[in-house]
Amino acid sequence: MPRRTDISSVLVIGSGPIVIGQAAEFDYSGTQACRVLRAEGLRVILVNSNPATIMTDPEMADATYVEPITPEVVEKIIAKERPDALLPTLGGQTALNTAIALFESGVLARYDVELIGADVDAIQAGENRERFKGVVAKVAREKGLNAESARSLICHTMDECLAAAAELGYPMVVRPSFTMGGAGSGFAHDETDLRRIAGSGLAASPTSEVLLEESILGWKEYELEVMRDRADNVVIICSIENLDPMGVHTGDSITVAPAMTLTDREYQNMRDVAIEVIREVGVDTGGCNIQFAIDPGSGRMIVIEMNPRVSRSSALASKATGFPIAKIAAKLAIGYTLDEIPNDITAETPASFEPSLDYVVVKVPRFAFEKFPGADGGLTTHMKSVGEAMAIGRNLTEALQKALRSLEQKGSAFSWAGEPGDVEALLESASRPHDGRLRDVQRALWAGATIEQVYAATSIDPWFLDQIAALNEIADDIRVSADALTRDKLLRAKRHGFSDAQIGEIRNLREDVVRELRHALDVRPVYLTVDTCAAEFAAQTPYLYSSYDEETEVPPGDRPKVIILGSGPNRIGQGVEFDYSCVHASFTLTEAGYETVMVNCNPETVSTDYDTSGRLYFEPLTLEDVLEVVHAEQQSGEVAGVIVQLGGQTPLGLAQKLKDAGVPVVGTSPESIHLAEERGAFGRVLHRAGLPAPKHGTATSYEEAREIAAEIGYPVLVRPSYVLGGRGMEIVYDDATLESYMEQQRQGDLLDHPVLVDRFLDEAIEIDVDALYDGTDLYLGGVMEHIEEAGIHSGDSACALPPITLGHDDVRRIREATVALAEGIGVRGLMNVQYALSAGVLYVLEANPRASRTVPFVSKATAVPLAKAAARVMLGTTIAELRAEGLLPATGDGGTLPLDAPIAVKEAVLPFDRFRTRDGAFVDTVLGPEMRSTGEVMGIDENFGTAYAKSQQAAYGSLPTKGRVFVSVANRDKRHMVFPVKRLADLGFEILATEGTAEVLHRNGVRAKIVRKHSAGTGPDGEPTIVRRVLDGDVDLIVNTPFGSPGQSGPRLDGYEIRTAAVLRGVPCVTTVQGLAAAVQGIEAVAGGQVGVRSLQEHAARLRGGA
Amino acid sequence: MTQPPPAILVLEDGRVFHGAAYGAEGETFGEMVFNTGMTGYQETLTDPSYARQIVAMTAPHIGNTGVNDDDPESSRIHVAGYVVREPARVASSWRATGSLGSALRAQGVVGIAIPGTRALTRHLRDKGAMRAGIFSGDAARAAERDLLDRVLASPGMEGADLAAGVTTAEPYVVPAIGEKKYTVAAVDLGIKSMTPHRMAERGCEVHVLPATATADDILALRPDGVFFSNGPGDPAAADDQVAALRGVLDAGVPFFGICFGNQIFGRALGLGTYKLRFGHRGLNQPVQDRATGKVDVSAHNHGFAVDAPADGPFDTPYGRAEVSHVNLNDGCVEGLRLLDRPAFSVQYHPEAAAGPHDATGLFARFCEIMEGSD
Repeated sequence: MPRRTDISSVLVIGSGPIVIGQAAEFDYSGTQACRVLRAEGLRVILVNSNPATIMTDPEMADATYVEPITPEVVEKIIAKERPDALLPTLGGQTALNTAIALFESGVLARYDVELIGADVDAIQAGENRERFKGVVAKVAREKGLNAESARSLICHTMDECLAAAAELGYPMVVRPSFTMGGAGSGFAHDETDLRRIAGSGLAASPTSEVLLEESILGWKEYELEVMRDRADNVVIICSIENLDPMGVHTGDSITVAPAMTLTDREYQNMRDVAIEVIREVGVDTGGCNIQFAIDPGSGRMIVIEMNPRVSRSSALASKATGFPIAKIAAKLAIGYTLDEIPNDITAETPASFEPSLDYVVVKVPRFAFEKFPGADGGLTTHMKSVGEAMAIGRNLTEALQKALRSLEQKGSAFSWAGEPGDVEALLESASRPHDGRLRDVQRALWAGATIEQVYAATSIDPWFLDQIAALNEIADDIRVSADALTRDKLLRAKRHGFSDAQIGEIRNLREDVVRELRHALDVRPVYLTVDTCAAEFAAQTPYLYSSYDEETEVPPGDRPKVIILGSGPNRIGQGVEFDYSCVHASFTLTEAGYETVMVNCNPETVSTDYDTSGRLYFEPLTLEDVLEVVHAEQQSGEVAGVIVQLGGQTPLGLAQKLKDAGVPVVGTSPESIHLAEERGAFGRVLHRAGLPAPKHGTATSYEEAREIAAEIGYPVLVRPSYVLGGRGMEIVYDDATLESYMEQQRQGDLLDHPVLVDRFLDEAIEIDVDALYDGTDLYLGGVMEHIEEAGIHSGDSACALPPITLGHDDVRRIREATVALAEGIGVRGLMNVQYALSAGVLYVLEANPRASRTVPFVSKATAVPLAKAAARVMLGTTIAELRAEGLLPATGDGGTLPLDAPIAVKEAVLPFDRFRTRDGAFVDTVLGPEMRSTGEVMGIDENFGTAYAKSQQAAYGSLPTKGRVFVSVANRDKRHMVFPVKRLADLGFEILATEGTAEVLHRNGVRAKIVRKHSAGTGPDGEPTIVRRVLDGDVDLIVNTPFGSPGQSGPRLDGYEIRTAAVLRGVPCVTTVQGLAAAVQGIEAVAGGQVGVRSLQEHAARLRGGA
Repeated sequence: MTQPPPAILVLEDGRVFHGAAYGAEGETFGEMVFNTGMTGYQETLTDPSYARQIVAMTAPHIGNTGVNDDDPESSRIHVAGYVVREPARVASSWRATGSLGSALRAQGVVGIAIPGTRALTRHLRDKGAMRAGIFSGDAARAAERDLLDRVLASPGMEGADLAAGVTTAEPYVVPAIGEKKYTVAAVDLGIKSMTPHRMAERGCEVHVLPATATADDILALRPDGVFFSNGPGDPAAADDQVAALRGVLDAGVPFFGICFGNQIFGRALGLGTYKLRFGHRGLNQPVQDRATGKVDVSAHNHGFAVDAPADGPFDTPYGRAEVSHVNLNDGCVEGLRLLDRPAFSVQYHPEAAAGPHDATGLFARFCEIMEGSD
């Protein structure tokens, strides 16, 4: 069946900001879909509030709406664009839920928009647990298959939950309906657990529905990726086995493809069930994933759930197999059948087949518990990881060890240093799933535990445990120091994934010494192709991975090659924004005639698509792995340069070592990078340029830090050098806190690099600048004014572009300072500078000679592709030439935007609702100098108020336009809060306040009702505290600025309770007075009337005159 | 840990792979082929069609679930030799009764574990299936040149008549499961146990006959339908079976053939067969039913194929026939049927084991044509 001719325009809904459970994988899937649909000649209309994505690049769609993904806003876009069809299956749960809402409210019918990819009935049959159980039961009954659902009961109230518990018995699983990433689910071992978990689950579910089911904890867990076309051809793209058995969310599990411990009988039964389920559910065109659990003792198989859409697992499966699920799903949605779609990789065979793998793929999650002090590091059915790395090897051990080192976290790889530790303690620790459990398993086995003992403690399949045991045996073999490290010994270790660093650690040798020895013995990896077919057919796409195998498959090249180092697993502070820059570099350098070579290990990205770059190496971004890739590429042709500036801190950290190894690093030189990163050297740059910085010093001990603090005065900002995302950054007000901070750093082994101690500038405006420098000219990409004052990490604070309160003179000073810095450091390419404007003085906070997190935001807000321009500059093209070419505007830049330029507001999205302390309480939600946000959104409109309101709506849901506001602010903020609160009162809001705040308001003529503090408890006549009122849904907006030091009781703790309640109820919560002022402008804009929608292409026409 | 003794795999074109012994130690010769299935090694090893072939598995980890008593497709392992990358050290499955390594040793099957299974596959893909030998233990100590000479002295697959070596010595009956509806005469050219099982599930009482069965032997059972199974060897050498099938077709008895049975059917219709460069061996092959356009993902194991006009019906001694199924990867003929008589066959394996069950419906179709001929 050829493509449908009755569809000529399609609306694609993206997934919005990166949050835990819904991340960059949907940028990958949405981007693929947009590219496919446009290539088919369809008009593509896209909505996604996340500016950091490739999919929201103006060239990916005909009309790109960076607008909040709410049914109301999408309806406006539909009314304006009148698409023929809506494709909701590639934008995660957000897109699916929005599409269902539009269907149910009749909007789709009214505008005659057809849902393609999956119809509402199929979506509901797949997602509604009761209906899905019916599907499974029917399939098992009618087809005679081994399949059932876990025994379970649906509950809508706590009473029903308690009744169900009596029937099912503890422990049991609590799952709310229609939430993503397993939000609100967990294991209840007793009634206290049940009340807590089911309580929040009932609140989190949009349908106030939770499911309680029998525990299948410890069972084997599997997943199949399934695709079906409208001729009813069904194929299984990939099987995935979780190394972590049932009980840990798949997103938090170590997973392996293909399944390792199933016989053909069990696998085919699972396959048959999957096929019958997708048919019965009615997903006609597209993909879905289905999860299974198997009782390791009896083989009883339970179908856990399905996602009737492209998911995180589909992204993983696509990268693991070379079968592009999202791309094929988009083609199926517009009418093609699988046999009509060619397999891109072989070019000669069709997509109606099932990939065969002759390698093993391992995915490992990356967590960020260190960002949330007090958060429980245990893993449950509630997803907590913020990113993942994938690795490919020719056996499990090679893939697993590559994946673990791809995480780039201290201690993420197995270590054989020192003694293994106490068997009992290790087994005890391994029995509770947590980040790093596999290292406990390895150490326990090393310490002498048997596979049976470890199995009893963990339920991890004995086959996997034996693989870990084999690694210990190899480590033992290397350790025998009487034996030389022979070629055979090294080769054997390398074939099981040991890094040079691991071998060096075992033999007490430096990593580079091991490497030299290895090279001398000619032990080097070869590169094999991910070809979908286990080498049965020749692959046309160079999608490569390393292995210590027989023969290399790197194709020869005739064009000069540029190697782009990606950013590795997503983490807080280094996410999809960096992938955006890498992908842009690849696109533009391909156009400029280079063969681009991407190196990355993050399966959730566009950069790891096999058709993004000329060649793709799915490899860890460690020095060893990168050096081998460079070597392999040099063997096959000329390498013009390696780009380290676009992938964030990961590649930047390799710059000097690569250069030392003779690798041609292009762009800003490693020496220049050092000038910006090393405090002393940077101070000299500033001094030469005559630029002030806040007083500062560096310390490696508490004594040194205290001396500096005494000299420059409290408060001080302390942080380790060489970090991204403000990791470990704090504002310190006294000696005692400083001492405990330094002690923490020492214990965390973090004093390799000194701690920076800076004077903290109170009441300053923070400014972020992204600029491009070629050695002669500076192109000021954008000047962003933070809405929160300095002290909040720039990644967590909202900002506006163009700056809303800075004058021409300020921008001129910023430009001059930026030129001086770029010149002083020796930047070639992008640079990001953070300034603070305090009492008329422009201080330089820091300068980073690399692409920053804000590059995609600036590019979209100003309609200039900054990352592309940067890549060209790094390879020698001048800014003047880029202006002449049209890549950059002929005149002017981001510092000279016209007065009628749209205002873009970036807002951060924070994951506080994901993290609990061990006793079940939320972690505090206050912003500070350590970055905690996982993603961002952009609001863009003609004025600041509307743009800000859109950003809030996109990030947190709409700002209220009426109702009750609760205000409680720190003393220092009281003066600034009067005017905006008065404005809210004028707009008709009822004002609630704590006593002190109410008093100030009263004196200023604002009537505020006094509410009891949390610490005061319920009043004598049962008057509720503010926390109770928030929990009861009585409050529509909270303004609460923190005061006091963390961890103390009193006002600080009161604030914590209030903000926690806000998170729980999803009430907007403003924690700075600057944020309050912005919120009031936003509320006024929304209350004032119609807020329209406008595409980036329309904005660009104004900004760049139709260019 | 104790290392297994070294072993060496020698291909007839002189390419050599070094590795470690797996299974029995000694030496073995056969046609070197690769299989891309990711599951079902036990079914593959016991598939009689692999007789006199050394099978290399492209999936790296083999033996993870051990062996059990339910999954064999015949009474013994038939491969001449086995090449894997990563043999499992433990067997993990609630159904496992032992490890694959010990099963191979117990049955004297010589195997080898080599890192370069992918390089081997690429070599066979480019150069075609060829003779090879595995030598382990003492046998591996000889000079490579001598080992190569011995490989070159071993027989090839073309012209090989191997059915006699794998077929049942005596006829036997697989009773119908539930009510008996049909009597089927199944000629065993290397039949897999799942095949009569799939028929029995549909009410067939299956009389399995030796490969030497003549048309008279077959028709003496007064069967409702006749089945020719899969099996090893070159169809060009199976003249006796072609003659037997012609007798069956002359008698107008409904016919169904699988794999080798498809090739014999082709020959009975007057078509030729030819050797594929490296064959189809795997569980992921897309086969399209040309009548419905529907694609089945199917299990394959064939090194030969039927040469038939693919562009439309053609004439045969039994009336018009057509190519009913094609492989979408390479356009190879995957099924034949007579348009005027109840007879059809497929080149692939609807009984699966190992492999997907997409094509199981072909057994129902066999029952339908038996029904229709009453």
